[in-house]
Amino acid sequence: MAKRIDVNNLNVYYSNFLAVEDVSLAIEPNSVTALIGPSGCGKSTFLRTLNRMHEVIPGARVEGEVLMDGTNLYDSSVDPVAVRRHVGMVFQRPNPFPTMSIAENVIAGVKLNRGRMSKPDAEELVETSLRGANLWDEVKDRLDKPGSSLSGGQQQRLCIARAIAIKPDVLLMDEPCSALDPISTLAIEDLIQDLKESYTIVIVTHNMQQAARVSEKTGFFNIAGTGMPGKLIEMDDTTTIFSAPSEKATEDYISGRFG
Amino acid sequence: MATQTMTSSPLGELSRRRKFTNVGMTVMIYGAFAVALIPLVWLSVTVVTRGLDRFMVDSNGDHVFNLEFLQQSMRGVFGGMPEGGIYHAIAGTLAITLAATVISVPIGLLTAVYLVEYGTGWLKRSVTFFVDVMTGIPSIVAGLFAYAMFAIIVGPGTKLGVVGAVALSVLMVPVVVRATEEMLKLVPNELREASYALGVPRWLTIIKIVMRTAAAGITTGITLAIARVIGETAPLLIAVGVTDAYNLNLFDGRMMTLPVYIVSEWRKGDQPCNNPDIPCVPEITEYRAWAAALVLILIVMALNLIARLISKYFSPKTGR
Repeated sequence: MAKRIDVNNLNVYYSNFLAVEDVSLAIEPNSVTALIGPSGCGKSTFLRTLNRMHEVIPGARVEGEVLMDGTNLYDSSVDPVAVRRHVGMVFQRPNPFPTMSIAENVIAGVKLNRGRMSKPDAEELVETSLRGANLWDEVKDRLDKPGSSLSGGQQQRLCIARAIAIKPDVLLMDEPCSALDPISTLAIEDLIQDLKESYTIVIVTHNMQQAARVSEKTGFFNIAGTGMPGKLIEMDDTTTIFSAPSEKATEDYISGRFG
Repeated sequence: MATQTMTSSPLGELSRRRKFTNVGMTVMIYGAFAVALIPLVWLSVTVVTRGLDRFMVDSNGDHVFNLEFLQQSMRGVFGGMPEGGIYHAIAGTLAITLAATVISVPIGLLTAVYLVEYGTGWLKRSVTFFVDVMTGIPSIVAGLFAYAMFAIIVGPGTKLGVVGAVALSVLMVPVVVRATEEMLKLVPNELREASYALGVPRWLTIIKIVMRTAAAGITTGITLAIARVIGETAPLLIAVGVTDAYNLNLFDGRMMTLPVYIVSEWRKGDQPCNNPDIPCVPEITEYRAWAAALVLILIVMALNLIARLISKYFSPKTGR
């Protein structure tokens, strides 16, 4: 299920603008990897290259390779749509489909791709996915209500349920808690701990405490100045990054002496 | 008392000028609303009262409420005969408008999807430009265009229901494109991304997520486009012609439509009634024109109601 990711010399472009330069890193299966760094340093851009969501923006492209268990996602024979079925994504702001009920939202990915599914199959998938996202007990009595009727934190867990319903190998999270209150954030962080049993998780966050709480490895991205490309400054065990980083820039950022 | 506390308020008093302006503006806004309402109410009352005249005349010329007007065509009706109805005109209007909708909705929807989801560069800009130009085409020109086109393809003097449908769709397409385009633009990009991230291909995302989310607005837009063309007279007069008989075949012969029916009845003027033995109403043509106008308005109203129901059914649900 969970797969490892190796990124080799990845350059990410928006048209001719180099947004992220020369990233190489390894992400272990069944682990949580956090990416931290100041705004605009290319963390999210980099994250979106891991499921080829980057290229839905016109003119966006990459150079280099992203290997998932040895297969290059950017090989010309690889279908980007298929990549996204293996690498799920949760966005910064909860985005349930407004025309669908809670249950329909959960199975949206499977249903849109595979067409019809039998009712017992659908019900089972709804339940396992919602249980997986720690939301089942809160919504089991109102599965036919619209997804937008939930609170922000619940909506975000609904989006996580929707992402894991397609049974991906890797789960990417782009600041999943930045629009949520502390209690909902805690719920999602607990969930991330459960999810890493089955998935490889990469999370972008602005909250350094969160990175310290949930991740085993942390990568620090930084940018030299406006118009310059973002770079991966260093990546190490989370405890090392937060106690004894090897780069001065990392230490400055973590201790708040940055900028 | 309120003013007393107001003037002595530590936050300063509400100046006389602002109070005066507030009252003045309020009066102006309500006044404008009332003025806008006058023609609407007047028109409604006139059409209803005058439209009912025809329904109060039966085939013997007696003053009895009946619905024969909706059940008869104009076949064999002449002079001041109190018979004659719009059965054929309703059928023609519905058939031609439906055909125009069938032609223009796919073209309009696909054009809008192209403009919002795929289009870039000069092609997108030129399509937008030509849609704008098409919006301003006078309806009579659309009629002449359709007539001329079929004159070349089929033969000179071709007057068929389908020619009218083509003329109406020339008018309808830009309205559908504009409305759909605006609605598709309102769909947040986040929903498209959410769908892509689930491994849903782009075309499926557009159909199942984007179009589905915008469905309520698109339906409203299409209804407005239908309402815009259902009352068109000039292009149909040229392209479809006039007939007294019921004809539902768009590809064979002339058809009658409600707006054209109103014109042709109105033009006949008062009829002479010389033989007292035969039932005769001099103003019957005028009655028919008003009654047809009433029916046309009711059809447009019914369309709007249906569209509201559909859009209510489709619109994103909120609330717990």
